[in-house]
Amino acid sequence: MPAPAGRTRTGTAATALAALLLLAACSGTTRGDGDDGGPGPGAGPEPTAQADPDAPLRPDLSVAFLPKQVNNPYFTVARGGGERATAEFAGTFKEVGPSEASASSQVSYINTLTQQGTDVIAISANDPGAVCGALNSARDAGAVVVTFDSDTRAECRDLFINQATAEDVARTQVELIAGQIGGAGEIAILSATPNATNQNTWIALMEEELARPAYADIEIVAVAYGNDEDEKSFQETQGLLRSHPDLAGIVSPTTVGLAAAARYLSGSEYAGRVALTGLGTPNQLRQFVHDGTVESFALWNPADLGYLAAHAGAALASGRLTGAEGETFTAGDLGEFTVGPDGVIALGPPTVFDAATVDDYDF
Amino acid sequence: MTRAHPRELGVLAALLLLIAGTAAANPRFLSAQSVRDLLLSAAILTVLAAGQTVVVLTRNIDLSVGSVLGLAAFGTADLLATHPGTPLPLAALAGITIGALCGALNGALISYGGVPALVITLGTLYVLRGAAHSWAAGRQINAADLPRPFLDLGTATVLGIPLLALLATAVVLAVALWLHSYRSGRELYAIGSEPAAAARAGVPAGRRIRTAFLLSGSLAGLAGVLYAARYGTVDATAGQGMELQVVAAVVVGGVAIFGGSGSVTGAALGALLLTCIGSSLAVLRVDPFWQQAVVGALILAAIGLDRLLTTRLAARAARTAPEVSRAG
Repeated sequence: MPAPAGRTRTGTAATALAALLLLAACSGTTRGDGDDGGPGPGAGPEPTAQADPDAPLRPDLSVAFLPKQVNNPYFTVARGGGERATAEFAGTFKEVGPSEASASSQVSYINTLTQQGTDVIAISANDPGAVCGALNSARDAGAVVVTFDSDTRAECRDLFINQATAEDVARTQVELIAGQIGGAGEIAILSATPNATNQNTWIALMEEELARPAYADIEIVAVAYGNDEDEKSFQETQGLLRSHPDLAGIVSPTTVGLAAAARYLSGSEYAGRVALTGLGTPNQLRQFVHDGTVESFALWNPADLGYLAAHAGAALASGRLTGAEGETFTAGDLGEFTVGPDGVIALGPPTVFDAATVDDYDF
Repeated sequence: MTRAHPRELGVLAALLLLIAGTAAANPRFLSAQSVRDLLLSAAILTVLAAGQTVVVLTRNIDLSVGSVLGLAAFGTADLLATHPGTPLPLAALAGITIGALCGALNGALISYGGVPALVITLGTLYVLRGAAHSWAAGRQINAADLPRPFLDLGTATVLGIPLLALLATAVVLAVALWLHSYRSGRELYAIGSEPAAAARAGVPAGRRIRTAFLLSGSLAGLAGVLYAARYGTVDATAGQGMELQVVAAVVVGGVAIFGGSGSVTGAALGALLLTCIGSSLAVLRVDPFWQQAVVGALILAAIGLDRLLTTRLAARAARTAPEVSRAG
């Protein structure tokens, strides 16, 4: 599932930059082999050791974040959370990653991290299968692997930190739009690309949610696709408003689409007449919340996601967790989390931002 | 210049046909807001197309414009976000200067290096995008970070016409005047028609080509400033992939891809036509899977029509060759 927040367009970066990044990756701390003597979590695909919730956190843990793509604002925020968590357990933090979010681009970075004896690898996978071999080699070498934002196949990692379940995302957005249009009227959806898996899952679940009797007066009249491009999202928003004059609201479960639709609505004759909500970042939408174009919108906090991923990694590496269902652990100031089936930890329902709270966040 | 402009007329006809057809299906397509939106949407592409026309006329191509736009958009937005007191003309000038530097780099590499523009600008496309990524370092500049008057530029209207559209029109008229009435502008056609003959006639090809790239870069810089004002959300990916839309607009607008013929008004009409296609398909609610195919088919149709007209004209010219002098 591609990162739904931030620009998901694949960044085409210079080969020069890629070379620089490679250099940066290579010049990271090279740790000796002797550093891996701690109470490891039972390296290898199956967790064999018993979890000891009271085990002391290992000192000097090296934590590496491997986002889908560096220089992506969404992952920059997630990295901030990871850094904060790592500072709390006094580990060393670094981020490496490709400049382009292609399927196999992360493999060489994983191999480098393995050679460096990294303890915790937190990765948002560009492809569920392409990185599996490299991740399993890393685990054989003693690393623990936590996926966040975008999972790999379950057998290639120890834990997956799910930013929000699809049901939660769909339900929250339906609640928001229903509240904003007074529980009745025509709504439209402005999505990313027509074949974006996560978007389509959310749309299907929103349709299910809207089928409930409580929402009988709300009808989805159109789904438009802005391809996560500003101009296309503008044009699709215009198209929706032209072809459906009675439109009461638009839901855009993608940050690019929501920001573009907000920018369009705020400068058009439809401002204040058509409700708008969806998934977006506070920084992108602050302006439009304050000028009344957007009443409220939702998103998980990527900083919390990175924070939880780093803490979960530390707990795994210290033996507090093995990744088995039902285990619990405390992730700093986020409180206690329980491991669900398939080694998935859910961050919780998305945060809703409105005029009163939007200024409390910076991402 | 007594010759009619069948290419421009063809594009204009296609544009009117498209507008009439869409309006027949949905009359709201012609509402004042809708027309304003259309002009606004076409403005940035038009500015880029004007610069690209000048380059293509000389039998070159500038593929780096999307990256130049991105770099200039981020630079301008970053300047305004970190120094909110910057006067807007100065910020705009900064963006244009970034573009001009990129254009000068392209022009110098091409004319002094003797390497085809396709290769050089393909290289700078990546290098400049990489520069934008390393400058931005993952940051995104949002509407709330930018001064209100700057953002208002993106939506302001003068007598009901979007300011951005007026700016784009001014750019097109200025470039058209240069190409039409100035010696240096006319010489671009000579370089593109027959480089060897132009060289014998004493046209300073290297200097003219450097000027063309400088202009294309500067206009891409200006487009970057307009982009930041219009969208309010800028990160290192701004304008990514736009170069192909620009080339499409220029080609659809009747500028010969091998240089030497075409006009900037045609390219502007091409930009308007492409934008209009996007808007119409959205209003007509065409299946999104088909939208790109439709755009591609229209490009092919435009080129097919162009080819047909060219061969017809050539045939007619051959029949009446002795009497008719063919002005450029």
